[in-house]
Amino acid sequence: MNQTVLTAQQLSVGYRAGRGAPAVVLRDLNLTLHSGALVCLIGQNGAGKSTLMRTLAAVQRPLAGAVFIGSEDVHQLPIKRLARLISVVLTERAQTSLLSAYEVTALGRLPHTDWTGRLSETDRAVVDWALQAVGAQALAARPISELSDGERQKVMIARALAQETPLIFLDEPTAFLDLPRRVEVMALLRRLAHRTGRAILLSTHDLDLALRSADRIWLLDGNGALQAGAPEDLVLSGAFARTFASEGVAFDASSGTFKLCAEVRGALAVQGDGLRAFWTRRALERVGFVVREQMSAPFCVQVTHDSWQWQGVRYGSLEALVAALLNASADLA
Amino acid sequence: MATHSEAQVWQSARLALRLGRRSIVLTALLVAVCGMFCLVLAVGSVSVPLEDVLRALLGQATSQPAYATIVTQFRMPRALTALLAGAALAVGGVQMQTLFRNPLTDPFVLGVSAGASLGVALVVLAVGTTGASVLVGIGLLGDFGLAAAASFGAAAMLLIVLSFAQRTQSILTLLIVGLMLGYAVSALVSLLLYFSIPERIQAYINWTFGSFGGVTWRQLPILAPLIGVGLALSFALIKPLNALLLGEAYAQSMGINLRRARLGIILSTALLAGAVTAFCGPIGFLGIAVPHLSRILLRTADHRALLPTAMLLGALVAMLADLIAQVPGRQIILPLNAITALIGAPVVALIVIRQRRLRDAFNA
Repeated sequence: MNQTVLTAQQLSVGYRAGRGAPAVVLRDLNLTLHSGALVCLIGQNGAGKSTLMRTLAAVQRPLAGAVFIGSEDVHQLPIKRLARLISVVLTERAQTSLLSAYEVTALGRLPHTDWTGRLSETDRAVVDWALQAVGAQALAARPISELSDGERQKVMIARALAQETPLIFLDEPTAFLDLPRRVEVMALLRRLAHRTGRAILLSTHDLDLALRSADRIWLLDGNGALQAGAPEDLVLSGAFARTFASEGVAFDASSGTFKLCAEVRGALAVQGDGLRAFWTRRALERVGFVVREQMSAPFCVQVTHDSWQWQGVRYGSLEALVAALLNASADLA
Repeated sequence: MATHSEAQVWQSARLALRLGRRSIVLTALLVAVCGMFCLVLAVGSVSVPLEDVLRALLGQATSQPAYATIVTQFRMPRALTALLAGAALAVGGVQMQTLFRNPLTDPFVLGVSAGASLGVALVVLAVGTTGASVLVGIGLLGDFGLAAAASFGAAAMLLIVLSFAQRTQSILTLLIVGLMLGYAVSALVSLLLYFSIPERIQAYINWTFGSFGGVTWRQLPILAPLIGVGLALSFALIKPLNALLLGEAYAQSMGINLRRARLGIILSTALLAGAVTAFCGPIGFLGIAVPHLSRILLRTADHRALLPTAMLLGALVAMLADLIAQVPGRQIILPLNAITALIGAPVVALIVIRQRRLRDAFNA
């Protein structure tokens, strides 16, 4: 476990367009990927996430530097050898749906089978294992057209597992999924990395999820640099906040989430604890109040087990409370 | 856990059913092709009893000596040609539909038949105006004249398309270039038609009707190996074809050399479609319909099952169309292309309307 699988040395990625100087997207990267670790690549649109992934996967040549798996330079490897080292999950949808989930997963065995693509006993065992590993064994006989987006993504991950490569690259695997499915897929990938010892690199826009799931994060700052580290280190160093600072949205290091910067209407305190107090704070913050620990009585909201009290008036719902606060916000400011 | 294992049993049963379906479909088609072959030999302007057909096939004496001649000399080459052409066009169609990920492509999408048409048009239509040189050429080639001209045209088109395929990255570009070349060549044919005399135009139009009847025992040794090589090449490409079902990027990630796979598929299809067009004329419809029918029968796009199925079904449909075109018991022969389209088009339309899976197959 945790051996170095891939290293990138002095890697610059970008595009050569015509005769002019190449457009460098990222420069002088020194990176490593370890077995059994889940790495999330994050950064704003256009920061170079897919260019970097494509270069690491040897789909695209680097402008400078090299990528090694073991002692082999991936850009010098024959495509057949590469297929045994790196498998991918792409955003591109499979066109045909006249294939069952089993058949799609079995396609992952292509680099291992003879010219007819016939599956041996071993191949079948690997396909069964891969489907089981993602919890999709019950879907095996279903055509992929009949699967939901989440189920289909699981099958595509099973296909990558069946390819039996030490590295798996995923391009925004959570992009088209609803929230519960995103959490599920991310948890699955994390489990797979830890249990199967594969090095998994994925790009994502789900910052919150990446912070909670990744063993390491590669953060692209949008100016050609990449910062790598444990998610929490990147939060504490302020790298996260700097990268995603933009108008109207701010990264709140204390909660690890992004906040909409609404117009500040004043400060309030919330008295009470538990779930009800937590969501009361969220509601107040949402409409633009700063929530403090201690405030004098007129600026204090009391949370009881079935209602809210503010300036002696009881409110039956947060909606009613917020409406009252907004009405009085001129006095509260 | 109980429901778990239950689900697994259910799943393996479904998987077994899918695999079982493949062998059932293939066996049924094989039997049907053999039966149809005998039927084509028996039925025509003169009916030959099936018993005599089998005797003639085995080289035994028939009840009437003429039967043996009719079966072996006239009907057999025709039936074999239909068999080969049907198989070739169906397999070519499968390959193009997979390569271009488009349900509406057929083996002629790369302009191969247009090239062949131009070759034929040049020979048939321009003979009267360009003088003796071409005539001498045809004379030398004897009954290979039209086939040679068509092959020449198809091969020229193939070389052009292949050189484009070498240069372009995008498969869509290739598709559009193929289509445009086809239009340009058809326009040249129109010009030739415009300046030609009615008798020659009629001769050209007869060629465009398509026919399996023009191939003799002398020509089969050329047609059969060409189609054999095309089919063999196609079967050698099963892995790349299957990988392409997930798209080019996935195929590449699974170790498929895209450039080589693409060239192989184009070469194989051009060989199949070119050979058929050269000897039988441009036979439409089979190449687009049979792949779809095969997928519906199999319920899978796996080329390991799809290629043999399309091959057999193509042969079957081609022989059936030929049988109908000959109007059993009558002396007339209808244009083959009219039959394939008239009967086939409504059938396919009906099936497509009823089959959601087929539309799903291409996410249409």
